[in-house]
Amino acid sequence: MSRQELTQSQTEIIVKLDNGRKVYQMGTQQVAALGGINISFKKGSFWAIMGPSGSGKSTMMNILGCLDRFTTGHYILEGQDVSTLDDDSLSELRLRHLGFIFQSFNLIPQLTVQRNIELPLYYLGWDSAQSANRAKELAKKVKLEGRLDHHPMELSGGEMQRVAIARALANDPQILLADEPTGNLDTATGNQIMDLLVDLNNQGKTIIMVTHELDIAAYAKNRLHMKDGKIDKIDGDTHEAI
Amino acid sequence: MKQSNISRNILSGIENLMLHKLRSFLTMLGLVFGVGSVIAMLSVGEGASKEALTQIRKLGSTNIIISSIKSAEQESSSTSRSFLSIFGLTYEDHARITESFRNVRQTAPVKIMRKDARLREREMELRVVGTTPEWFDLVQREVIAGRILGWVDQQRQTPVVVLTEFGTRKLLATESTIGQTVLISGNQFEVIGIVKSESGAAGNIQVPDQEVDAYISIEVAKGYFGDIFAKATDGAWIREKVELHQIIVQADKTENVESIANAIEEMLQKFHNKKDYSVSVPLALLKQAEATKRTFNIVLGSIACISLLVGGIGIMNIMLASVTERTREIGIRRAIGAKRKQIIIQFIIETVVLSTVGGFIGIGIGVLIPVLITYFAGMPTVITFQSIVLPLLISAGIGIAFGLYPAIRAAQVDPIVALRHE
Repeated sequence: MSRQELTQSQTEIIVKLDNGRKVYQMGTQQVAALGGINISFKKGSFWAIMGPSGSGKSTMMNILGCLDRFTTGHYILEGQDVSTLDDDSLSELRLRHLGFIFQSFNLIPQLTVQRNIELPLYYLGWDSAQSANRAKELAKKVKLEGRLDHHPMELSGGEMQRVAIARALANDPQILLADEPTGNLDTATGNQIMDLLVDLNNQGKTIIMVTHELDIAAYAKNRLHMKDGKIDKIDGDTHEAI
Repeated sequence: MKQSNISRNILSGIENLMLHKLRSFLTMLGLVFGVGSVIAMLSVGEGASKEALTQIRKLGSTNIIISSIKSAEQESSSTSRSFLSIFGLTYEDHARITESFRNVRQTAPVKIMRKDARLREREMELRVVGTTPEWFDLVQREVIAGRILGWVDQQRQTPVVVLTEFGTRKLLATESTIGQTVLISGNQFEVIGIVKSESGAAGNIQVPDQEVDAYISIEVAKGYFGDIFAKATDGAWIREKVELHQIIVQADKTENVESIANAIEEMLQKFHNKKDYSVSVPLALLKQAEATKRTFNIVLGSIACISLLVGGIGIMNIMLASVTERTREIGIRRAIGAKRKQIIIQFIIETVVLSTVGGFIGIGIGVLIPVLITYFAGMPTVITFQSIVLPLLISAGIGIAFGLYPAIRAAQVDPIVALRHE
């Protein structure tokens, strides 16, 4: 690898975890949920984080999503060390750099599809006309333009997940975090959602997805297997990991 | 936070309340009744005290009113035997008061009797008031037509009469009545003027003037009708000799009212061996009425505060339930990037919307109740600007105060836990 290539690959790193540890205090016991995580994700990569329950993949996801912090170690997101930021700054990071997709969709039931999609824009301080335009654009992207005035309860599971994806894209984040995005969907619908995620990855979004299904993980370019709070093994385009 | 965000917060607050219409309504009820009762109570209180105050003020804040009263022993003796009872203020009292005090600006003697009057075919009983021109100055009655009694009438003892508006209407007279002749106890009096009825001057509510007054010169009254009045009580005729029923004294300034009243009281004590007079000072009554009003308002205010407090607790209760219920929503909002502060603002605005809507409904009820009270019970009520704005501000304040804790609870929700919350 030439010096220039190395520099370029360095600049392309979007997420870097440096000796990250997470310890929970359970009464008098200390339980290590994550023990010494070292990994970097490149910009535009598509990772699946796998592992049995209790392997620490949820904790990992929470930390990557800036909802939680390492007890020790560093998390460098887009070149910024975010491991010691306060609650407000983490909220700001989530608002500007991250998009979340959940297993149970997590749409707000009393809001229409449009208002759900607009939610991040509302916190970004966009005015309603701009937000409405952006919501329509995104609804079109996930093929839900006819459903803008519906409430989540009136949609199918696949449609709800598409709304969630549109919402996750509203703030145009670099990174999409998907937590079992097909877990509540049948296989056919799940595959459609995965195709949509692959599309987004091809358009340049970095995607980090937690799943325990092998065929879903197969959509990702890289797979990270966890076991007992540690990285067990990495496969796929392993050269993307450092 | 931007302006548009606040209005959007208010809108979404209203939407959230509309999701649970019955619950929101029931929650509001506490505040609705709280605010409603505050306004109703204040307006009834205000109405009662305002009426009292205008009554007193009409008597004049620089005035002292001395009235003849029948002393207790006389009352009992006169009922057993029919004899002439002599009591009350005398012409001499009037002259003495007028002459003795430097700080007295003017005085008016008042002689009151009931006489039958006739204008053409119409007949009715009048309350004939014999007085001097000063009286009109002291009570400040508005002249509607003609003129009031003058010094010339006093000196020449001309038989002229000034009627009240209400009395005039009763006698089926109009303004053209001026110059006509009214027969009072068979004596001819020329109508020279019409003054406004007393209740008209009070101006707040339409209770018709019970008294139909006719004002004549006191010299004329003395000459025509004398000082002895006979009235039938329990089948027996009671004869009373009263020279003057009232003396109205006007002080030069309000500061001197009390000292003059005391001095008059002292002087009357010397010349009357019985206590057959009473001295009342409208200013003192006014001060007392104002103090009473203040106490009244404090008591009402405390009751109102309790009812508003209860309303506020109801709101807090429901908002805490709402926070628990919407834990997941809070988690979603936080995950998307809402700061704690923004969650707090969202919930406070929702609470304020709830309490303010409740406040507005309460104002509607609170305004309606006094209207109904006035309509059905005939009690005067006054709705002041403050009595509406104050409860509204208080209800918004309650929204903030009682919404704060649930909102902080909402902001404290851990998004990780909240997202797993079912």
